[in-house]
Amino acid sequence: MRSTPTMTDAPVLLSLQNITKRFGALTANDGISLDLHRGKILALLGENGAGKTTLMNILFGHYVQDEGDVQVLSKGGLTALPPGSPGAALKAGIGMVHQHFTLAENLSGLANIRLGTEPLLSFGREGAARAKVQKIIAESGLDVDLDRRVADLTVGEKQRIEILKALYRDAKVLILDEPTAVLTPQEADGLFVVLRRLAANGLGVIFISHKLGEVLAVSHRILVLRGGKKAGELVTANADRRAIADLMVGKAVAAVVRTPASPGEVLFALENVSLHGAGGRSLSGVDLKLRAGEVVGLAGVSGNGQSGIAALISGLAVPTGGTMRLYGETVTRADPRALVANGVARMPEDRQHDGVVGTMSVADNIAIEEVRSAAFSKMGFLDRKAMRDRATAAIAGYDVRCQGPDAEARLLSGGNVQKLILARVLERGPRVILANQPTRGLDVGAQAEVHRRILAARDRGAAVLVISEDLDELFALADRFVVVRAGELHDAGPSEGLDRGTIGLMMAGQSHARAEMAS
Amino acid sequence: MDVLFDILGSANFWAAAIRIATPLIFGVLGALICERAGVLNLGIEGIFVAGAMAGWLAVYLGAGLWGGVLIAALAGALFGLLHALLTVILGLSQHVSGIGITLLATSVSYFTYRTALPDVSSPPRIAAFQPVSIPGLSDLPFIGPALFQQTPLTFLALVFVALVALVLYRTPLGLAIRAVGDNPASVEAQGLSVMGLRVGAVVVGSALMALGGAFLTMSAFDAFFFGMVNGRGWICIALVVFASWQPGKALLGALLFGAFDAFQIRLQAQIGQVVPGQVFLMMPYLLSIVALILVARRADYPRALLQPWTKGQRH
Repeated sequence: MRSTPTMTDAPVLLSLQNITKRFGALTANDGISLDLHRGKILALLGENGAGKTTLMNILFGHYVQDEGDVQVLSKGGLTALPPGSPGAALKAGIGMVHQHFTLAENLSGLANIRLGTEPLLSFGREGAARAKVQKIIAESGLDVDLDRRVADLTVGEKQRIEILKALYRDAKVLILDEPTAVLTPQEADGLFVVLRRLAANGLGVIFISHKLGEVLAVSHRILVLRGGKKAGELVTANADRRAIADLMVGKAVAAVVRTPASPGEVLFALENVSLHGAGGRSLSGVDLKLRAGEVVGLAGVSGNGQSGIAALISGLAVPTGGTMRLYGETVTRADPRALVANGVARMPEDRQHDGVVGTMSVADNIAIEEVRSAAFSKMGFLDRKAMRDRATAAIAGYDVRCQGPDAEARLLSGGNVQKLILARVLERGPRVILANQPTRGLDVGAQAEVHRRILAARDRGAAVLVISEDLDELFALADRFVVVRAGELHDAGPSEGLDRGTIGLMMAGQSHARAEMAS
Repeated sequence: MDVLFDILGSANFWAAAIRIATPLIFGVLGALICERAGVLNLGIEGIFVAGAMAGWLAVYLGAGLWGGVLIAALAGALFGLLHALLTVILGLSQHVSGIGITLLATSVSYFTYRTALPDVSSPPRIAAFQPVSIPGLSDLPFIGPALFQQTPLTFLALVFVALVALVLYRTPLGLAIRAVGDNPASVEAQGLSVMGLRVGAVVVGSALMALGGAFLTMSAFDAFFFGMVNGRGWICIALVVFASWQPGKALLGALLFGAFDAFQIRLQAQIGQVVPGQVFLMMPYLLSIVALILVARRADYPRALLQPWTKGQRH
């Protein structure tokens, strides 16, 4: 199972040996070993909860392993890294881009990059730092405004800051944890170009993902994890897609089939709606109709008004102009609770942050939107048993992997949080569903499951709006497309007869692309 | 109206405002440093008492005025270290620990005073700091007596405002402190010690708070009384919010409060026969609350304030 002969030419930069880590009863990593060679991209592939992130956190010193060694190439050959010391990992040339960014949002991008790289009491080093970062930007194409507060950057820009942080420290090994989960397809392609260029210059890259396609596209070697164990290791050039998928999931994944829709009455409508808001939230003159039994796919480059539309449907904002109607009645007050009670289901974009309360239990999070309803309360008191029963059923029915209804939600991986949210909102039988980036960061199995659930809800008669940066996902789900650009919404018509190119052009601002192409 | 102009037009009023503001400047800077690093330090009220007591006692026992200042800062640092051990290292509730520190530091100070001076009935006096003249500046008409005839500790407080701003905004250390109060993970990911930064910030911040107390016994007065701190620490906690955690605005807030207080004393002297004295005493606090209401709604709290950091756990 060691690397093939062609791989031995380049020296090993990093070696993990028999890493084991347990969280309570859960063994997240079980005797995992791997080697990373200079100039190579190693993909770490596995479903959510397979132990990928845990392994990398050990490597970077965020967690302390229970058993095993991390060895890094230094002058005298491979030497073991002291466990639990991010400082030592950094010094050894390991740079990590986390799935959840580790940025101070009150500081500028440049400040985040400089953080910890200079003597604490020194002055006037900003100029030199800026010059070095700009050189890296020029070489790598990681373009970003260095002086804006990180809080005001988009997710994609924050990721670029994270990568720059590692490169700024002259990393020998770059670890990226689910880097494409937050990117548009175009941005992801750009990232792959950057990674290949960096590898060609001698960097070793570990690319963590659950997306087979991009792993095959970008890596030299693939290591598959399943259930905390190494399920297989192969050279990408010789790899077979089918075989890897089976290694990863342990069983075959059935494709989701979308049957033709039969749209009914309009359940939710925006009529000439405008919204004033900061940070890509503004809308102007937006018309949108969501019909029963139909999925509308909202495409667009991130930050063009998606969050405004999501805020309206979620009850977090009311239009500053125009009319918003739910079941024909005008909504004039931002009242999330009333919307939820009236059958609106919301899957927020940032599910960890807006979707669950991390320090509350799975059961609490399942019940949180309807604690006042008779289902979960008795004479004004919480019905703990009902909440736990619902949670137990949800854990089983939606395959939420956790230690039980009492586990804290923050301990769940991203995919399992999304399943928890699905269980919470779909079990109520909602009539209008907002699915904002519903499978961002999810693996193949979980993705298919979410898609199946959404389509099932549609077939039951729900009106669904899917907002996604993943065009494949929109084509899998949507019966009809709308494209948002600069706060304006353009109707792209039924998904039959549309292709990625047309949508891409509309996203880029050519709203009449369809007509031009037809003529 | 005439009364108002009489008061605002007197150099004496402005000198008093700055004098009253001095302990608050120390205190609010100290609280600001702690909170920027993510730690609320409600021990401030007690640390004021400890600083007032320790500094005064050191001078009384012959340490010299600046020796007393140093001892006061050390006493503050010591209680700061205790607060940091409890809240940063052990991750206990910052509210509970802070209030505990206030009770402890106050009691220990009173106890020490009583034990050190068992036989005195009236508080003994020391030779306190005297106003110094700055050649040239102090002789300016109006401005001179208003601004430049203060004791050395007042000038020290102003120097600290600049120093804290400089460190916070112009050094990598300041960068790290601001980062650790916003997202400790960002600091750890860059190889800095979350614990080290926070403990350091709380210790230094607490030392500054103690200087606020020392000003009371070594500059404003020349003796130690029970109850002399009288809520100044709590005012500082409010002023930090008012200041949006910025040193410059912290100075402004302290001066504003000092001005309110100086104003009410003078107003009381002028029209005290008509309005009960308590109304005037209430005024600066009332105005602080009004100012807070105007500012605090938009307050940009350090995001990690009150959140303990535990390494090796999932976050």
